[in-house]
Amino acid sequence: MNMIVTPTSPATPNGTTRPQVRIVIVGHVDHGKSTLVGRLLHETGSLPDGKLEMLKAVSARRGMPFEWSFLLDALQTERDQGITIDTTQIRFRTNSRDIVLIDAPGHAEFLRNMITGASQADGAVLIIDALEGVRDQTRRHGYLLHLLGVKQVAVVVNKMDRVDFSADRFKAISDEISAHLNGLGVKPTAVIPISARDGDGVAERTDRIGWYEGPTVVEALDRLEPARPLEALALRLPVQAIYKFDDRRIVAGRIESGSLVAGDEIVIMPAGKIAKIKTVESWPVTPVAGRQGAGRSVGITLDRELFIERGDIIAHAGTAPRETRRLRARIFWLHDKPLAKGDQLLVRCGPKESRATVVAIEKAVDPGELSSSENKAIGRNHVGEIDISLSNPIATDPYTENPRTGRLVIEVSGRIAGGGLVLSVDAGQRAVPVDIVPVESALRPDERSARYQHNGAVVWLTGLPASGKSTLAKALERRLFTNGGSPILLDGDTLRAGLNSDLGFTATDRSENIRRLAEVATHLARNGHIAIVAAVSPAREDRATARRIADTAFREIHVATPAGVCEERDPKGHYKKARAGALASFTGIGNDYEKPEAAELVIDTSKRTVAEAADEIEQMLKTTGVLFDELVDLAANI
Amino acid sequence: MDHLDQLEAQSIYIFREAFARLKKIALLWSLGKDSNVMIWLARKAFFGRMPFPALHVDTGKKFAEMYRFRDHYGKEWDLDLRVEPCPPIDAVDPTLPPAARSAARKTEGLKMALGKYGFDGLIAGIRRDEEATRAKERVFSPRGLEGNWDVRDQPPEFWDHFNASPPQGAHLRIHPILHWTEADIWAYTKRENIPIIPLYLSQNGKRYRSLGDQDITNPVHSTASSIDEILIELEQTKVPERAGRALDHETEDAFERLRVAGYL
Repeated sequence: MNMIVTPTSPATPNGTTRPQVRIVIVGHVDHGKSTLVGRLLHETGSLPDGKLEMLKAVSARRGMPFEWSFLLDALQTERDQGITIDTTQIRFRTNSRDIVLIDAPGHAEFLRNMITGASQADGAVLIIDALEGVRDQTRRHGYLLHLLGVKQVAVVVNKMDRVDFSADRFKAISDEISAHLNGLGVKPTAVIPISARDGDGVAERTDRIGWYEGPTVVEALDRLEPARPLEALALRLPVQAIYKFDDRRIVAGRIESGSLVAGDEIVIMPAGKIAKIKTVESWPVTPVAGRQGAGRSVGITLDRELFIERGDIIAHAGTAPRETRRLRARIFWLHDKPLAKGDQLLVRCGPKESRATVVAIEKAVDPGELSSSENKAIGRNHVGEIDISLSNPIATDPYTENPRTGRLVIEVSGRIAGGGLVLSVDAGQRAVPVDIVPVESALRPDERSARYQHNGAVVWLTGLPASGKSTLAKALERRLFTNGGSPILLDGDTLRAGLNSDLGFTATDRSENIRRLAEVATHLARNGHIAIVAAVSPAREDRATARRIADTAFREIHVATPAGVCEERDPKGHYKKARAGALASFTGIGNDYEKPEAAELVIDTSKRTVAEAADEIEQMLKTTGVLFDELVDLAANI
Repeated sequence: MDHLDQLEAQSIYIFREAFARLKKIALLWSLGKDSNVMIWLARKAFFGRMPFPALHVDTGKKFAEMYRFRDHYGKEWDLDLRVEPCPPIDAVDPTLPPAARSAARKTEGLKMALGKYGFDGLIAGIRRDEEATRAKERVFSPRGLEGNWDVRDQPPEFWDHFNASPPQGAHLRIHPILHWTEADIWAYTKRENIPIIPLYLSQNGKRYRSLGDQDITNPVHSTASSIDEILIELEQTKVPERAGRALDHETEDAFERLRVAGYL
């Protein structure tokens, strides 16, 4: 098939210099969204050649009168059901704008599709049938536009031909919807009477609506402003990933707000670590000079090796986001099962994810109802305010301070089930150490490793009390030292006598105990020493935290001596006391020890001597690159 | 930031999300203008080299210029190129019209490649402006166990949060340039100086707007012999991009049937 392309004439201004505005058309089912879209495409001369004729022919073949909405109903399923089931994106032009039109379904069944469409929009057209007036889905969509942060809303009152173009009817609907939207803090940019089927009010003010003096739909669209990147706000660079494809260690992410440039002092939240941006990396030309603003996907390198992970937020010192384990959010809920107090969820805030628990539910309402009754659970397609407790601290902003980072989504069973705005965050327990500037060592890591013949590492011995951790730790320490290395023993109990003397044995205190051990051990490892940690560390999550902190330096050894053997040994008499009820929170006689699932090494000390166990550890440290192989290989090559 | 900068930044964000959240991904390289832009964007996202394979599901019926392009740039761009053949035409649903049946071969080839490598994510260069059914796509689009697309039950996707947990054995399609237009692709290709197959430029009054298999793709009348001229032509034309693709026009729903079955 050969198609004729219109011969070229002088070029119009190219598409990239005209502001592009993304519009969503929402409203109750059957109030005429698809018809309006079809009409808009026709009025702005945007239809591909032959499309209208093809659809008219299809209609004739099926024995149906032609409808403008057929233009969008390209899917067989839609024609069968007579409803638009998903968002479609169509492009056309007004005088000064390139419009990307997202047609979102009005059927309540497809609210998730309406949200998918509307979340991408800079502005919205809310359509209302003049005969039917404001309906539940009209109100619901208005509410969701507010929750999705769409601030520019034009209202069109469609099917004016069905009410004889009555100015009174128009005013009644206009007043009702304006009051509803104003109540949500949304001010309509225009309320326009139209007949999408006949064309009145779409591109022209016809005689039939002679009493109306405002803009047509096309004029209203032409006045919409595209979304501006949020460069004026504080810097927020959520970390998507750390790349080590070559000798660079690149921290990659998209700047959600603010801007950055090489040389900036930054703080990495939620940990609050401080660094300086060394370079801004790019490709094919790198590094790039100049300030990088909101909206850019960037990669940066830092002036020091810090542990950073996906989900951290990079900010400027002094304007960092708040670290929190608890927040309040206004959300919409899309899942079949209502959201209730106590539910366990996965919360995503940018690339950061955390398990979470719903602590309280306030104001659960159906936004479609006129008089909203409050419930204890948030039903499907309803909205509400909830308090969430997070198992990992996250750094976030209230949405009033930052609309990009102040929002979250909720996942259930790996599928997005809701989303909403962060209303407030509880202040974190930790003050942000904005004026701390760590001093770098005068020695390079390779200077130390050349002397010690090993790299820095954290050797973490976990296991039941009396399983033999401390004995093994001491044997390993002696052996490494004899070979010229620099081992340092960090015993859990020893540190509890000093550094951690403020901590007890609650789950929270135990976590903090492990975090401190891991931080100290990691500091030693970064300076070339082998930190040998002997600590029961019963919680898998706490050990995962330790591994995150120590990163690639972490070597976990599970001292898996059978519980019966441990209790029989009982050198400190703890098992005996615990059995007598004199020692609360003792790990060993309960079932609260969570075994490692992927330890680098597992050792049962009831089956081998201390020396044999130390051999195994040494071997593991060799194969995993901590200890350097002896120099015999070199000698053999001479 | 201009329009192209914004498109680029968004695509890079999507690439990095896919790489971070999925275990084993590959990019579907059809050798056309769109997938070449995708490879370029992936190299930008990962600072020079695409860290996952480029998969070419080969019908064996592409133009000679396309094969030359593949072999040359596969090496120059240091791609981990995997070429996978399609099954013979007899193995494909005989109730489909001829061109659709031919295209469905590719779907079968894709399924075989999926089974062979066990990818949980395939990056595809479809765009919303190409075709009405593609407009309904998500950026992260789940496929069923048979590779099929359930248009009626797509998960919500908003604020650049993507559903990245396909059920065991199923996979995701990832669409990093879903928000681009044909004109965007050409403007970006020119700005970044990305190589193209010469068939896109006019020779003897005709050029290809979209490149598929030789037997089911036709050139359009055009005098555009440079990217600048293509951009001017696109400003004027009302002919759809896939007009030269025979399979789109056989029956009203041929394309949708293909997509539901797992076609791109």
